[in-house]
Amino acid sequence: MSSKGKDLVVAQEGEHEYATGLAVVAPDAIKDPGLEPHRVRMTDKSEKHAKNAERQVTAMFLASIVGSAFALWAYFAFPLSESDLGTVRSNTLFLGLGITLGLFGIGIGAVHWAKTLMPDAEVSEARHQTRGSEETRARAIEIIDLANQESGFSRRKLIRRTLYGALAFFPLPGIILFADLGPNPADSLKHTMWRKGTRLTRDPYGTPIKATDVTLGSVFHVIPEGLNESDHKLEEKAKAAVLLVRVEPEILKESDERKGWSYDGIVAYSKICTHVGCPVALYEQHTHHLLCPCHQSTFDLTNACAVVFGPASRPLPQLPITVDAEGYLVAQSDFNEPVGPSFWERKA
Amino acid sequence: MFKRKLNNSRRNPLTAILVIAAGLIVAGGGYAGATAAVSHSTAGAYTADQVTEGSKLFLANCATCHGKNAEGANYGPSLIGVGAASVDFQVGTGRMPGQASGPQLMKKPVQFTAEQTEALAAYVASLAPGPAVPDEKWTSTTGNTTRGGELFRINCAMCHNAVGAGGALTEGKFAPMLKGVEAKHIYEAMVTGPQNMPVFNDANLTPKDKQDIITYLKYVEANPSAGGEELGSLGPVAEGLFLWLFVLGGIVAITIWLGAKSN
Repeated sequence: MSSKGKDLVVAQEGEHEYATGLAVVAPDAIKDPGLEPHRVRMTDKSEKHAKNAERQVTAMFLASIVGSAFALWAYFAFPLSESDLGTVRSNTLFLGLGITLGLFGIGIGAVHWAKTLMPDAEVSEARHQTRGSEETRARAIEIIDLANQESGFSRRKLIRRTLYGALAFFPLPGIILFADLGPNPADSLKHTMWRKGTRLTRDPYGTPIKATDVTLGSVFHVIPEGLNESDHKLEEKAKAAVLLVRVEPEILKESDERKGWSYDGIVAYSKICTHVGCPVALYEQHTHHLLCPCHQSTFDLTNACAVVFGPASRPLPQLPITVDAEGYLVAQSDFNEPVGPSFWERKA
Repeated sequence: MFKRKLNNSRRNPLTAILVIAAGLIVAGGGYAGATAAVSHSTAGAYTADQVTEGSKLFLANCATCHGKNAEGANYGPSLIGVGAASVDFQVGTGRMPGQASGPQLMKKPVQFTAEQTEALAAYVASLAPGPAVPDEKWTSTTGNTTRGGELFRINCAMCHNAVGAGGALTEGKFAPMLKGVEAKHIYEAMVTGPQNMPVFNDANLTPKDKQDIITYLKYVEANPSAGGEELGSLGPVAEGLFLWLFVLGGIVAITIWLGAKSN
């Protein structure tokens, strides 16, 4: 009764006796089921089946040869032609099919051979303990002690400690060099290319947009003037892309602070979704909703792009716009908040 | 003087006829060419008969929803100023006369003949100036495919998919597939902005830009993808479905077979 379940176990396996540490064996543990009864294969019982299996394996290997040869032939028979992209399709397809058959044939043939024709007797192997014998362990300790004595590592304190110091210091230059490899983002996420007076231009060619061009219901994809000539065009575009839409001015619900940010019903909003950064450009004319295709965040254009559905947590930033002396649309300033998804240093 | 001139000349008697014929051809052909150019560039040079016929068709088929003078009514907005292009698109693709109401009007079998559609377009165009049916030169596929592809990806691909296979919008609306759509209708849809599609007027996308986009769409329609079976050009969703069902299924089947004992 004392062996109710908390005994330490001493296992026995062949000649080795070893402790299993603190392992606990419950009294109702699953018993070793042993091996399942041996089932005789058809290929062992009947000569016909064995011959059949042999034929199947041979057929698989022959198919492999055919496949590889076909791939070789197809590579030259369906050549790539620069002017016809369809040749890529056929060349790749037949090459792939041929090589697949070539490799699969070998694999399936080999496995089938092993399963049907090779001996299938069940074998079990003992799992020996990994712990060494006591003599081996003692001898190992002897060697380590000898090494310690001969090198003087334990005795010579000064050598040992200065070695530790040297090892601690030598990776430091490497760490600093690696850390300095990339530019520090610093403020770059908080500002975009837009400034007071930057003209709104069409994506991708950069032609400026007149307010009269933007008729009711129009959607213009906008980049700031000068983007195409800037140093880091893609990084700048990823922050500065803007969507320009015209609606009837009466339906815009503008806060006092933003009353001057639109121009006669023309509004400009950042195209970068505040969720994970996809371009929000699916504009629905009748509902005045902007839909982001990635996770379906929906923004209401008439209400300062407030989020009406979806995982975005903040409305799209609005670009304040006005018209210059010649009638072209220009920005009044940069966005009043960082564009795009949240990041650690962002205030809100 | 005259007599001497005529007597001395070696002119063939037929030259007079030839010269008059040449003159007629030049004058007549030049006039025909000039008027052809002029009549195409004006916003649908419709005849008065067409306008009358169109107004009759309108009263019979459209006025219930759009009002007797197309000023708008309960179920249909005002058509004053929408232009012939709107009518040609909506009626020509079968979307109008609108039938079942819902989040979006669907394409249906076209109910009117080409002449009737033109008459309706003439009537609506006569109400107020608006976008016209595009000239044939802007709907031919001789534009720049590369440029068209770039413009399509920037302006259209977010709703219609990178090759125009269509896409979903909110609450039951959708951007339809562009395969099989007539070039003229593609142009008209861009310039009029039907239903929830935004308007891409000629100042936003010039007629040349629109032609490039049409060229790109027709190119993609005519040429199979070099990457193999497109699976509806739906991208990772369709391909993922194929992989999860067939390829992963196959891998699981092979794995089971690998570990199973032979019969």
